[in-house]
Amino acid sequence: MSRTYLPLWITFALVLLMFGAGASQFDGFASLRVVTNLISDNAFLLVTALGMTLVILSGGIDLSVGSVIALSGVAAALLIGPYQWHPLLAFALILPCAALFGAGMGALIQYYQLQPFIVTLAGMFLARGVATLLSEESVAIEHPFYDAVAEFGLELPDGGWLGATSLLTIALVLLMLVLTHYSRFGSYVYALGGNSQSAQLMGVPVARTTILLYASSSMLAAMAGIIFSFYTYSGYALSAVGVELDAIAAVVIGGTLLTGGSGFIIGTVLGVLLMGLIQTYINFDGSLSSWWSKIVIGGLLFFFIALQKLLSKQWQSKAGGKA
Amino acid sequence: MSEQITKPVLQLRQINKNFPGVKALQQAQLSLYAGEVHALLGENGAGKSTLVKVMTGVLQKDSGELLLDSTALSFATPKDAQQAGISTVYQEVNLLPNLSVAHNLFLGSEPKRFGLIDKKAMANQARQLLSSFGLAIDVTAPLSEFSVAVQQLVAIARGIAPKRGAACTKVLVLDEPTASLDADEVQTLFQVLRQLKQQGVAIVFITHFLDQVYQVSDRITVMRNGCFIGEYQTAHLNKAELIAAMLGKELCQQRHQAPCLAVEHSEAILTARQLNSGQSVQQLDLDLPQGQAVGLAGLLGSGRTEICRLLFGLDQADGGTLSFAGKPIKLSNPAQAIALGIALCPEDRKTQGMIAPLSIRENISLALQAKQGWWRVLSKKKQQQLADFYIEKLQIATPDADKPIGQLSGGNQQKVILARWLAVEPQLLLLDEPTRGIDIGAHAEILQLIRQLCQQGMSLLVTSSELEELTAFSSKVVVMRDRKKVAELSGEDLNPDRIMAAIAGASV
Repeated sequence: MSRTYLPLWITFALVLLMFGAGASQFDGFASLRVVTNLISDNAFLLVTALGMTLVILSGGIDLSVGSVIALSGVAAALLIGPYQWHPLLAFALILPCAALFGAGMGALIQYYQLQPFIVTLAGMFLARGVATLLSEESVAIEHPFYDAVAEFGLELPDGGWLGATSLLTIALVLLMLVLTHYSRFGSYVYALGGNSQSAQLMGVPVARTTILLYASSSMLAAMAGIIFSFYTYSGYALSAVGVELDAIAAVVIGGTLLTGGSGFIIGTVLGVLLMGLIQTYINFDGSLSSWWSKIVIGGLLFFFIALQKLLSKQWQSKAGGKA
Repeated sequence: MSEQITKPVLQLRQINKNFPGVKALQQAQLSLYAGEVHALLGENGAGKSTLVKVMTGVLQKDSGELLLDSTALSFATPKDAQQAGISTVYQEVNLLPNLSVAHNLFLGSEPKRFGLIDKKAMANQARQLLSSFGLAIDVTAPLSEFSVAVQQLVAIARGIAPKRGAACTKVLVLDEPTASLDADEVQTLFQVLRQLKQQGVAIVFITHFLDQVYQVSDRITVMRNGCFIGEYQTAHLNKAELIAAMLGKELCQQRHQAPCLAVEHSEAILTARQLNSGQSVQQLDLDLPQGQAVGLAGLLGSGRTEICRLLFGLDQADGGTLSFAGKPIKLSNPAQAIALGIALCPEDRKTQGMIAPLSIRENISLALQAKQGWWRVLSKKKQQQLADFYIEKLQIATPDADKPIGQLSGGNQQKVILARWLAVEPQLLLLDEPTRGIDIGAHAEILQLIRQLCQQGMSLLVTSSELEELTAFSSKVVVMRDRKKVAELSGEDLNPDRIMAAIAGASV
């Protein structure tokens, strides 16, 4: 019991520690404003990481998400700008297309028994290439809908402000929480990560689950791209480079096993918050180079990977005694 | 099984299944009645597992009939079979170590509330189900926290747990369920089996522990080499008859050929005294004479394969002495054994011997290359000569040496693996089941080869389930039972009946 939750508690403690450190050193750090900014600044990363959590839980990986963010941003900007579509209509086209793209990758992984790493790497190049083909330049978005959304939000005391995208992100977190931990689909994802052969023998629809899994990841990445476009008011083919790696880092720091089968959505939320807090701390300090956040995240990753290895070793020595 | 219900609940008729190069099932059959424990027996490679896989939807039959409640069915996936009411518990625990015990029991048919999994109800149902197994464990803990025995019982409980949209369990298949259980746990399991029997479940029980067969089963089906051999009432079949059915009395044409070099005295090349290896081999005394073939007989799990592994350095002895060519030796890895001139041709050529995508030439030169060290590369020309020599000598049926070994028939694959070890010119060759799963022609050729090798002065230790075969080439036969040597037969005593008697032991 404690072993399952241990990485989660460590991440939670680190979040508190980081927040405490910031609050004790800087005026105004311990405010709702900082917290809500943390959410809105990292909304697109968090949404991406939610999909990544599912994929990693199943024992896979999705390297294409950063490119899918860029592609969906460019596509939205182009449809809304030059093609004069209503944003909602554009989203209604982009999200299913992204799901289809992910389903395609899932089908390749499932039916050709290919490595998720290589399939999604191909997806990464493909999506980035298509995005650049659509427009090499950054495409600005100007639409009354975007202005309206920017103004919509929840006013909180202490300078806090939960914008529409933050609210959407929170809703998505709740949805994924239920889907992962309380739905049959979620159980199947864990089953795949535990042992896909056993899962097959136990009657888990492995093909359907795998395909749905990668479809969800791509669709969430496209959603992140849309959220990102609300943040930047533009779509740019070279944006969100390397976000897939940030997402993987957040998932791992959140305590999800890279080998699959163990982890929690809430851990990923904590992982993203921790990474965001490190950045916020550096911003408040002002004298530190922002690359320090990369160094700290690197250190944290090493720590969590070592922890995973340690825990899974204990796991094996306990289970494999007689087999 | 007090009175027989007239119609079997599940019937398999004339099932055929081929794999490339192997006829895994030929006209196999099985009839199951509600409320019986039916033992499915046979040596390794007899086709039990394949038959079970066909009836549980893991494999598709090539031809034949599967009747469930007199309706012809065909299962495309394990799920189809489950839906129809056929549940399987496999030899290795095939559950998910990362999920909770309760979730393992109900994965795919979790109780739901408002469309979401009701974890509380699931835990309650799990506790209820396991209590009938005498298991009171924390069902919310991950399965990996528990011993293999508990996991095995959980797997069986899953087999009979009600499934969503499925018929209640009519047939429960248990593939070697007791292999990892201790005596008490076995009794708990049997208790559960008797309980299920009363509920009218038909249970297929696969095991190689014959005592357990007599303890719990009502009827027995015996298979050999993918064929149906017979169906018996357990009460009317004694152990010796059962073993005779399992091992068979074929190959009579081999019987009257004299064993090579009869029992003339020769130096022992390898001597073992009081050799021990954990639970697998106990107090073994063994002498392997120069230039003779020694047969090793015994049922599956009797310690045959373990002796081969021990003498090849794959397993380590934890007691006793071993000497080779007069000098005491200690084997801690196969490289040492190979350096001494010991070679092992393993039991399962598919997983332990051949490298399917590589060519015959590459497969043959592998061991010699390894012996020479990887820095002294065998030239392609040398490899080719080697391959051509053995293709010719062993009459391997192939157009050329570059054909991948995976495309050859079973018998020819076996010859290639043999050639691999002959190429290193060992002094002692250990052959574990060299004739399993190969056709009758290749069979005779391999026996012929064993005799030739003896004449050339090589010493062999050959395990086999086919007793006629053992008597055909062995100068003596060592019989194993329950991991101990129980007899050493030679001369007059060397005949299948005596071997069988020794295998069956006092309980005949």
